[in-house]
Amino acid sequence: MADPILKIENLTRVFKVGSESVHALKGISFDVFKGEFVSIMGTSGSGKSTLLNILGCLDRPTSGEYYIDNIAIKDLSKNESSIIRNRKIGFVFQSYNLLSRTNALENVELPLLYNNTVSSKERKERAIEALKQVGLENRMDHMPNQLSGGQQQRVAIARALVNDPVIVLADEATGNLDTRTSYEIMSLFQKLHSEGKTIAFVTHEPDIANFTSRTIMLRDGRIIKDEAVQTKSAQEALSNLPVESDDIPEEKRTDN
Amino acid sequence: MNFYNLLKIAYNALIRNKTRALLTMLGIIIGIAAVITMVSLGQSSTISINDQISSMGTNMIMVMRNNQRSGGVSIGSANVRSLTESDVDAIREKAQYIDLISPVVTASGQLINGSNNWPSSIQGGNEEFFEIRKYELESGTFFTSEDVRASAKVCVIGQTIVENLFPGGENPIGKTIRFNKIPLKIIGILASKGQNQMGQDQDDVVIAPYTTVQKRILAINYIHMINLSAQSEDVAEDAADEITEILRIQHKIKQGEDDDFRVRTQQEMLETMSSITGFLTILLAAIASISMLVGGIGIMNIMYVTVTERTKEIGLRMSIGAQNRDILLQFLTESTILSLIGGIIGIIMGIGLSYGITYFLNWPFVVSVNAVLISFAVCAAIGIFFGWYPAKKAAALDPITALRYE
Repeated sequence: MADPILKIENLTRVFKVGSESVHALKGISFDVFKGEFVSIMGTSGSGKSTLLNILGCLDRPTSGEYYIDNIAIKDLSKNESSIIRNRKIGFVFQSYNLLSRTNALENVELPLLYNNTVSSKERKERAIEALKQVGLENRMDHMPNQLSGGQQQRVAIARALVNDPVIVLADEATGNLDTRTSYEIMSLFQKLHSEGKTIAFVTHEPDIANFTSRTIMLRDGRIIKDEAVQTKSAQEALSNLPVESDDIPEEKRTDN
Repeated sequence: MNFYNLLKIAYNALIRNKTRALLTMLGIIIGIAAVITMVSLGQSSTISINDQISSMGTNMIMVMRNNQRSGGVSIGSANVRSLTESDVDAIREKAQYIDLISPVVTASGQLINGSNNWPSSIQGGNEEFFEIRKYELESGTFFTSEDVRASAKVCVIGQTIVENLFPGGENPIGKTIRFNKIPLKIIGILASKGQNQMGQDQDDVVIAPYTTVQKRILAINYIHMINLSAQSEDVAEDAADEITEILRIQHKIKQGEDDDFRVRTQQEMLETMSSITGFLTILLAAIASISMLVGGIGIMNIMYVTVTERTKEIGLRMSIGAQNRDILLQFLTESTILSLIGGIIGIIMGIGLSYGITYFLNWPFVVSVNAVLISFAVCAAIGIFFGWYPAKKAAALDPITALRYE
């Protein structure tokens, strides 16, 4: 088998709060291989957000090893980890985090603005390509406030794809959406997965995790379960939804 | 990150908040416009004053009687008879740097032409007086050395006199007017010179041979003043020294004793006036600079608020690969663009304003290139200086906290 995209060995993370130490992660090890669609599950306080921050090179582990695409993150400077985020990782957030009053195309172009090796012509082409992948080629010059929540999240996904990352990290990406739209977004992720993208999806909803191919369950900073799951088709789930649920947005619990 | 991308990012961020950007710039706009206007007006007034002084002849030198001490009592200069025609002759003989020289005798009194009268003063000089004082004729002739020798009862008058004594518009040339009962025949009319820098009407003048004023009007044997012109502006100071030397010998003033006369060059007057206007310009510019400073603080204030407000955006930018330096440069560029655009608008407004004001005051319109360049540099400096702290704050944000910021 090829080298894993993500390789984590005995990862710990300790926060100092005053004189107390909080052990958010207590020794976590797992690998993610190319083309996997992993959900990272856990309740509030289980350490999944801490893990995601470390996976996204926004935070450093207290101890343990972390390799992304065979690069040891531990040894990298701040600027080098910025470059890793820019070239190797695509983030999708719960609250989309699109720049307001900036159209979809420019929002998607944003990561490439921080990449000197991409010309402005190539930047635009790649952004258009990414928007096509998420099915928004007709909405390129729309401002975020002219788009629905689902469409905004699609723009955010396009932004995560535009730098052709080795892994897409999604943080509760369906957390702000109603069931139908959540399923649509999951269907999009499944499509991207089928096209060979590696995706790590953090969620607290088992319902959503069922659409992935592997679930890593965290509790109190430890992995309690890491197993392949029977992947449900989001497209099918979508067609099984009763029609009227369109109009009843479900109140979603947000939990980070 | 390359410079073009940086500009694009900063430009997009500013465009998203047009109104705020404009309001932020306002402080700088007003500050720069004020500085440019003040400096330009200062220069205009200096030039206008210099022009007026120069119109009297930049190489002109005046020798006046001085207060004299007589046994501890200062005698007013009007009662001092220290200057005589022999002083004029001595200077004419010995001085090397002198071109023209004229004794001056003045008297004040009433001018009468038939039923019209006008209070004025009469200036007595020789035939060189006109050239020293840069008078030009509108019509008629100046008097000659022959007239001076003969104490001829002739005079040359200025425009104000013409207007007041000949309101009917008839030609004054050849007419006889009376000055303190002495009839004087008008042989020339002077071209208008307007007001001088002190607001005096330079056209309210009657010029006659000094001998006429001295003997026929005042009945004195001394002279009030000597007007001279140096060969050029450059030697005016040397000429003044030379005159002082000659007159001290002429008046038998011993080493260490005070002069009983004063020598004044136009250059000195020019310098005095320039130092006054220069001081005023600096004062006004300094006040205007304060508004520039306030404008700068305005930029810092808004940038500071902006950083807090855009914390989440900063977190996002960091998460998609912006380095701390990129964030720092983005905010610095934003503040610099703000202050530079504000500065350019301010410079244009300042130039427009000073054009308008000089137009109405009838001053020469000048734009101080230095003020423009310095303002521009100060703008850039303000942008960087006042943008630095907020930008530093933005760059120091922790991406995780920033992303979670609500």
